Amino acid sequence: MAGEAQEKEKRKMKSAKKMRDIMTNYYIEAKTAGETGKKVAWITSGGPVEPLIAMDVIPVYPENHGAMIGASKMGGELCERAEELGYSGDICSYARSDIGCSLVDGGPIGGLPKPDMLICCNNICGTVLKWYEVQARYYDIPLFIFDTPFCHTEYADEAKKYVRKQIDEYTGFLEGVCGKKFDHDRIKEVGRLSVEGQQLWQEVLDTAMNKPSPMTCFDAFFFLALIVTLRGTQETIDFYRDLLEEMRGRVAEGISAIPNERYRLLWDNLPIWYRIKWLSEKFASHDACLVADTYTSAWCGSLKYMDENNFLDSMAEGYTRIYLNIGVDEMIKIVLEMVDKYDVDGFVMHSNRSCKPYSLGQYDIQRAVQREKGIPSLIIESHMVDERSFSESQTETRIDAFMEMIRQKK
Amino acid sequence: MITAGVDIGSITAKAAVIVDGEVKGTRVDFTGYNAEQAGRRVLDELLKELGMDAQSIDRVVSTGYGRNSVKFADKAITEIICHGTGAHFLNPQVRSIIDVGGQDSKAMVVDSEGRVRDFAMNDKCAAGTGRFLEVMARALEVDLGDFGAKSLKSERPSKISSICTVFAESEVISLISKGEKRENIIAGIHDSVASRISALAKRIGVGEPLMMTGGVAKNMGVVKALENRLKMSIEVLESAQVNGAIGAAVMAARL
Repeated sequence: MAGEAQEKEKRKMKSAKKMRDIMTNYYIEAKTAGETGKKVAWITSGGPVEPLIAMDVIPVYPENHGAMIGASKMGGELCERAEELGYSGDICSYARSDIGCSLVDGGPIGGLPKPDMLICCNNICGTVLKWYEVQARYYDIPLFIFDTPFCHTEYADEAKKYVRKQIDEYTGFLEGVCGKKFDHDRIKEVGRLSVEGQQLWQEVLDTAMNKPSPMTCFDAFFFLALIVTLRGTQETIDFYRDLLEEMRGRVAEGISAIPNERYRLLWDNLPIWYRIKWLSEKFASHDACLVADTYTSAWCGSLKYMDENNFLDSMAEGYTRIYLNIGVDEMIKIVLEMVDKYDVDGFVMHSNRSCKPYSLGQYDIQRAVQREKGIPSLIIESHMVDERSFSESQTETRIDAFMEMIRQKK
Repeated sequence: MITAGVDIGSITAKAAVIVDGEVKGTRVDFTGYNAEQAGRRVLDELLKELGMDAQSIDRVVSTGYGRNSVKFADKAITEIICHGTGAHFLNPQVRSIIDVGGQDSKAMVVDSEGRVRDFAMNDKCAAGTGRFLEVMARALEVDLGDFGAKSLKSERPSKISSICTVFAESEVISLISKGEKRENIIAGIHDSVASRISALAKRIGVGEPLMMTGGVAKNMGVVKALENRLKMSIEVLESAQVNGAIGAAVMAARL
């Protein structure tokens, strides 16, 4: 037993505590903004946050909060509050739990700080439009909608002009709400830090190419919080530098994420936040390591469009061409590249009733992966935050059978 | 070598004993409240029938939803692998299997060695399962065992459009109140079940020779409706319901 405990200790990620501390401080700062005179903006997870940072506005992410609600297994209860108001159970569970939380100030941190403004970017889905309109009425505050046209294959000139123009409207909106001029020098610096943060995050994820992998996608789901909430800050860069060093150290010392990595898998879609531990233990019991995922890599997937020397212009394209705002054929290309890059033996897809844009097209992606790469795939049905829709025994049978199939094949 | 397979489903518990590559006997009981006891009981009763004692069994594999509750088993293996193995053991030509049990339906594609290459299962919904048929049998006051024969007499199957068990039941009740013939309603129910199952079977590309296993395979009405939907002929063996247990016993011999 002592050996086992030692093993577990060795595998523990040292950076986890540091990140918890950073996130705690971040939420304390956001929740006490009323006393420090800072403004708070709620923003969608794929929204352009850099102009907020440049204006010293504290960005708060209802979706990150939703993940925390899910991980605390409080989603079902908060979703019920929204359903009592008449919101359908088919609506995204981030939206439902956020609306429910606004009413009762519940959840793991007693609710989010009251926003001064809302920034809604529809590059991740259409639900956010209605969700943020509801919240704008509820808090009686201004809402800025950043509209990114869907990019089936390319970023057309019309789209380019249309999105770029909105960046000027966005900075104008911020000047109005904050009562000060937009700082064009500062945004250059924030842009540089944002690009560097994304590069470092990509490098962290890339360490999973090693065999055995020093991290799993479940670790990535956890460490993702900073690139989502604090990209564009020096703190994020410092943290990911340390994390990268820790991962490289693990590779050098041969410390693997799971005790006995025999099979490598790729995850698709958002995590099932309230089942992270169960899922990671379940797969580890089959000696399977989920080495990469399409979700956490979305926060560095636009790097190829970003230019730190021309940040505002390139940001328009980068934010428009994110993973959820492109056609299924484009998604297939990305997934196929990941299958090769991380050299995986199987593909696990979370068919997420909460996130329709992410889940639509999964059968096509699944077929393409099977056809092109010949690896088995598995579909798990669930909701990312609403634990009432998860069936453990059904999921367990599917995972067990999937792993038996991979074992028979290998 | 003597091996046993124990398949604990949501409604029934099944056991099979294989002696030197030959099925010696099988048995079906209700699962009831306690899955572990059900497994013990169905195997003990089978051994008693065969005049064998528990000590003579070399290895046991458990399968089905209650597989992890069967503590006396040497290993638990999912019903997907066991049904694939069982079907291949009974007919090595088989390349696709559709298994419909009490709480789920699944389709599998196997290779020439009986190894599962791909599978699909119903989503978390009772439509297209044995439980769906049970609910309908209760609403119609017809013994589930008579469902198959009755539906084959239907002249004009009713249309059951809802895929939700609860809503489909109210559709059935409203058809009853309109005086629709039982045969037609039952045939409609079978077609509804078949449409769910054929969708998932097509998704993984099932092909002939195709075998159907699980308790629902005993219902010829569902089998016929599925054949129509898939435009394929379906083989159903006497042992369809115990196929998973047979597969588990085969797997036990390979441990």
